[in-house]
Amino acid sequence: MREKEIAKWSGILVYLECYKGHIHKAGIELIGEAYRLSRQTREEVYVLGIGEDMERIQEELTGYPIECAYLYETEDEYTPLWYEEIAAECIRRLKPAIVLIGGTLEGRSLAPRLAVAFRTGLTADCTALSIAEDGGLIQTRPAFGGNVMASIVTPERRPQFATVRPGVVEAIEKNNLKDTAYIRKTVQNKNIDIIRVLKSIPVEAQEDITKQKVLVVAGRGVKKKEDLAMLRELAGLLGGKMASSRALVEKGWTKAAEQIGLSGNTVSPEYMITCGVSGTVQFMAGMRNTKNIIAINTDANARIFDVAHYPVCADLYDIVPELIQRLKKGRSEIAEA
Amino acid sequence: MRIAVCMKQVPATSEGDMDKETGMLKRAGLEAIVNTYDLAALEAALCLKEQTGAQIHVFTMGPEKAEAVLRTAYAMGADMGYLICGKEFAGSDVLATSYTLMQAIESVGRFEMILCGRQTTDGDTAQVSGALARWMNMPHFNWVKRIELKDNERFKISYCMEQREVEAEVQSPCLLSVEREAFIPRMPSLKLKISGKKKPIGRISIEDFKNTDVKDYGLSGSATKVKRIFPPKRTEKKEVVSLDKKMAADYIMTVLGSCIQEGLQ
Repeated sequence: MREKEIAKWSGILVYLECYKGHIHKAGIELIGEAYRLSRQTREEVYVLGIGEDMERIQEELTGYPIECAYLYETEDEYTPLWYEEIAAECIRRLKPAIVLIGGTLEGRSLAPRLAVAFRTGLTADCTALSIAEDGGLIQTRPAFGGNVMASIVTPERRPQFATVRPGVVEAIEKNNLKDTAYIRKTVQNKNIDIIRVLKSIPVEAQEDITKQKVLVVAGRGVKKKEDLAMLRELAGLLGGKMASSRALVEKGWTKAAEQIGLSGNTVSPEYMITCGVSGTVQFMAGMRNTKNIIAINTDANARIFDVAHYPVCADLYDIVPELIQRLKKGRSEIAEA
Repeated sequence: MRIAVCMKQVPATSEGDMDKETGMLKRAGLEAIVNTYDLAALEAALCLKEQTGAQIHVFTMGPEKAEAVLRTAYAMGADMGYLICGKEFAGSDVLATSYTLMQAIESVGRFEMILCGRQTTDGDTAQVSGALARWMNMPHFNWVKRIELKDNERFKISYCMEQREVEAEVQSPCLLSVEREAFIPRMPSLKLKISGKKKPIGRISIEDFKNTDVKDYGLSGSATKVKRIFPPKRTEKKEVVSLDKKMAADYIMTVLGSCIQEGLQ
C-alpha cells in the first residue's frame, strides 16, 4: 500500500464484545488504551458493538471519550461468519488506521477473519501498544517461542489489527470529554442456512483464577500429576485457588482455564506462590501486576526470581508440605480456642 | 467425506533462541515434536472417520524433517500426508501462513471439513485457523468440544464462549478448531507405525500452487514485520534466599501474614 493509500485510514476503532446487553470488560479496557494512543496520534476513538439490547450498551458507553459509536442490533449471538460481515462493513465505511480487539474467545475467533478480509496484519495478545514516529502502531508481545520481547509493526497495510488480553491494559474513568455520536442500525442475519445456533448454556465460572486473592501456581517442577493435590490443598488453606504454567496444561495435567500466561489468563492477585515455575516471558506476561510474588524454585538462576518479591531457592516438595502442616495446625488451634 | 487436518512441528521446549536480526525463531538444533494441540485435531478426524469412513489428509508446513509429523499421523490412522516445503515460506506471519495453507489445501482438492488444533505451542496465537477459514471462504468455529455428523452436509457442534457453552449446526464445508481436553489423542498403533514408515508422502511446493508469485509468501507476503527484539523488563533484583525447609516456611508464613489471618477466619 502506498503512503497516499495509508493516509486514507485514520482513527482507532475498538471492537466491543457485547452479550445480552453487556460489554465485556476487555472492550472497556481497550477504550482506555485507544484514548491514550489517540492523544499521540491526534486521531479519534470509535467503537463498534454488535448484539442485542444496544440501548443498554449505549448507556454503558455514555461518558467515555468516544467520537462515534457504531452499534448494530441483531438478535443472533456471535458466530464468526455473521459478526465478521457486520464488522467488515463498519471498517470499510470508517477506514480506521487501527482496530483493537479484546483477546477473548470471541475476539480471537473474529480477529483473524477480519485481518484476512482486509489482507492485513494481525498481532495477537499484545502486552503493550505505542505509536511510532511515522504514526504506525508498535505492537509489543513476547516473541514467538523465545524469551525475548518483540516490537511488531504493520508498515504497508491498513488497518493494523491487534488483540489484547483482558486485564493487560487499564480502563479509564468516564470523563465526559466527548459528545459521542451513536449510529444505530438493525441488521438481519442472512447466514442462518450455513450456521444456526441451537442453544447457549451459561457456564458458571467456578475456576476463575482471575478473581482470586491468592494463587498457588504449579510449574514444570511438579513431578507428577498426583502431586498437584498438595498444591490445591495449600491454595485451599489460603482461601485461594491453584493455577498452572503452560507446561502442565500441555502435559494435560491442568486445564486451559487454570493457565496463567499470554495464551492463558492474566492475573493480579494479592499473593502468588509459584512452585517450580521457571518463569518464561510468556508466563510473566500474565502475572506481572501481582502484588506479592513468592517464588519457590530449586534453580537459583531461574528467571522467575527476576520478578519475584520473595525469591526462595528451595524444593517445593520440602516447603509445600511444611506450609500445609503449619496452616492446618493454625486452623485447629483456632478451632480449639 | 474428505477431511483435511493441519498439523505443525514445533520445538520440544518453548524456549528457543531468536535470530537477533530477523526476530525469527532459530529452529536448528532444537528437538522437534508434533504440536500437542494438533494431535487433538487428528483425533477428532479419526473419530469422524470411524463413524463415516472419511478420508483423512494431513497437511504440515515446515522443513524436510517435518515429515516426522506425517509419520506420526500415519501411525495414528491418517490416510494421506503432505509436506508443504520451500524456502519461500520462511518467516510467514498469520496472514502469509494461512494463505500458504489455503493454496496447499486447494492444490489437493475439495474437503468437506478442515480440522485444526487450538493453537501451536511455539506461535501461541490461536489465529491461523480463523485466518485459513477466511481465505477459504468457509464458516469456522474455535474452541470446539464436540462434533457430531447430522447428515452429509451438516454437523452439530458444541464450543465454548465466555461463560457459556454453545450448540450450533454448521453446514459443510467448514473449519473447526478443537479443544485438546475434548479429543484426547489415541496411542499410535504398532501395525500402522510399521506400514506408515513406507507410506508415500505428498510433497507440495510453490509450483503446485495456483498463485506461484513468491512475493505473496514468507517474509515478503507477511503484513507484519518484527521491528526490534529486546529482553523483557526486569524488576529490581531481589536477593534470592536459600533456606532449609523450616526457615523457608517461617519466611513464607511471615510474608503471607495478613492473608493467613483472613484465610483462617
